[in-house]
Amino acid sequence: MVDPVIWDIGYLVSAAMFILGIKRLSSPRTAPQGNRLGAYGMLLAVLVTLVKMYTEGIIGYELIISGLAIGTLIGYVMATRVEMTEMPELVALFNGFGGGASALVGLSEVLKRLQNSNVPDPGVELYATWVAIGLSGIIGWATLTGSLMAMGKLRGGFYIPFTKKDDRGRRKWVNFPTWGPPWMNFVKGAVLLACISLIGLTVQNPHNYDYIYSLVILSCILGVLFVIPIGGADMPVVVSLLNSMSGIAAAFTGFVIGNNVLIIAGSMVGAAGLILTFIMCKAMNRTLMAVLFMSFGGGGRESVTRTKIGSDPVEIAMVCDGITKCVIVPGYGMAVSQAQHAVKEFADLMEAQGVEISYGIHPVAGRMPGHMNVLLAEASVPYEQLIEMDDINSELPETDVALVIGANDTINPVARSGEGPLGGMPIIDVDKARVVVIIKRSLSVGYAGVDNDLFFEDKTMMLFGDGKKMMNELNSAIKEF
Amino acid sequence: MLTLATLVASITVFVLAIFLGFELISKVPPTLHTPLMSGANAISGITIVGALILSNAQFNSGDPGTASWLAFIALIMATINVVGGFMVTNKMLEMIAGKKRRGGN
Repeated sequence: MVDPVIWDIGYLVSAAMFILGIKRLSSPRTAPQGNRLGAYGMLLAVLVTLVKMYTEGIIGYELIISGLAIGTLIGYVMATRVEMTEMPELVALFNGFGGGASALVGLSEVLKRLQNSNVPDPGVELYATWVAIGLSGIIGWATLTGSLMAMGKLRGGFYIPFTKKDDRGRRKWVNFPTWGPPWMNFVKGAVLLACISLIGLTVQNPHNYDYIYSLVILSCILGVLFVIPIGGADMPVVVSLLNSMSGIAAAFTGFVIGNNVLIIAGSMVGAAGLILTFIMCKAMNRTLMAVLFMSFGGGGRESVTRTKIGSDPVEIAMVCDGITKCVIVPGYGMAVSQAQHAVKEFADLMEAQGVEISYGIHPVAGRMPGHMNVLLAEASVPYEQLIEMDDINSELPETDVALVIGANDTINPVARSGEGPLGGMPIIDVDKARVVVIIKRSLSVGYAGVDNDLFFEDKTMMLFGDGKKMMNELNSAIKEF
Repeated sequence: MLTLATLVASITVFVLAIFLGFELISKVPPTLHTPLMSGANAISGITIVGALILSNAQFNSGDPGTASWLAFIALIMATINVVGGFMVTNKMLEMIAGKKRRGGN
């Protein structure tokens, strides 16, 4: 018989690898190594668990082997097939799976104990185990349904299966709903309160299956209610918060099965996700509470009464001739139209003429933390050219042309006035550049529902249309020029 | 057997690990926001350990019981989270770091 303490030492090594892995993930030079370290730590934890189970007697291999095989296959295929543009959805989906797995482990444990009449007598063991199962359940199920909702919102909508295909072979498309009347917060509060009371009831009546199943259903509803009122541009906050929650769910599962590596890894991921959440909130100058519980924009959409004559690509190409410095500011519109390769081509054309190119990246541009950086990296944009907001703002007064692609709220000068929905939000000061070129579908307001005065200024040239199409036309205009 | 002493020890580990997590990544460059998130997410798939332990079941009478089937689904989901998560993170980081090496001269 092997001394069981050896397993705990194995888990300790694996926890140390996770800690070093996360640490190294936060610096560009060491990040690939950090990720590998995390993966090896996970492999070690799985191997330790398997060997431990083997020495203690495995009674059936079927579920273990097929579960690992099916999961590996699906995970491998999804990770290999994914396009960079689909990355936000995939990260949200994996996150949901993590939360769901933690919740299922808790549920499985409680059912197994009931089945084997292994329910502890009232005392510390009963209270601690049942409360941990309940908490991992609430957070885990809410993470699963919340992440699925977030995934739907990141895609923007979905095709209804079995509907008639149109002439382009597509099925009917529905936009994913964003819906949150003010009374929704009371419903959310009531559901959360009901979940917590149900944990109390299961502790008092551990043998009652109804309480357990009600808890599962209510937690799933909680996740849906939590995400449905939050609009697309607030998704970076939601995605990183759900990431944090999946970690916390794993930590509570650690309490359930009495395993320290789950507690350490889970709570570290929880803390890391929370830090990212606060970075995102700060970049929008909104509190986490405001993002989660106050509906934003959407309402009172101002109708645009002013007009602005659009420019054409040839005009822009003429303006871009002979300049020395150009700053490119991408937004969600670049991601939607997948214009990143056309943007890179533009940058290459300009660089061939000796123009200095840099990219100004707003921290909440796009739909997930770091969205723009990932897309531009895919288009082979050198890492050094991606400049953070504060640094690019000091360069903009010396910039000849600021080219904005599909961004609106993150460049709206009204934010500096400190009033209105955008008040106080840090922005990229493109209005300080000599000429501002904005590629956008129309003059309509952004997510915040605020008009942008910059569009109507004399130094601003609007290029109306799809980001990728306009960039391609601009590129060919430059080549002919 | 879970006693008050072991519970308090576990809570100690929990609280210290949260503080550690906060200290560990106080400053992250925006380029790494997505990879950090998806890498951390893969690590939260550590719940795979619990899923493995509970998937240990016997098909003696044909059906191993609801609890084992739930653990089996948990195992599949956790494995997807772990394998997929580390792979996409690696894919992103190779892109970011690879570009850096080539563009950085």
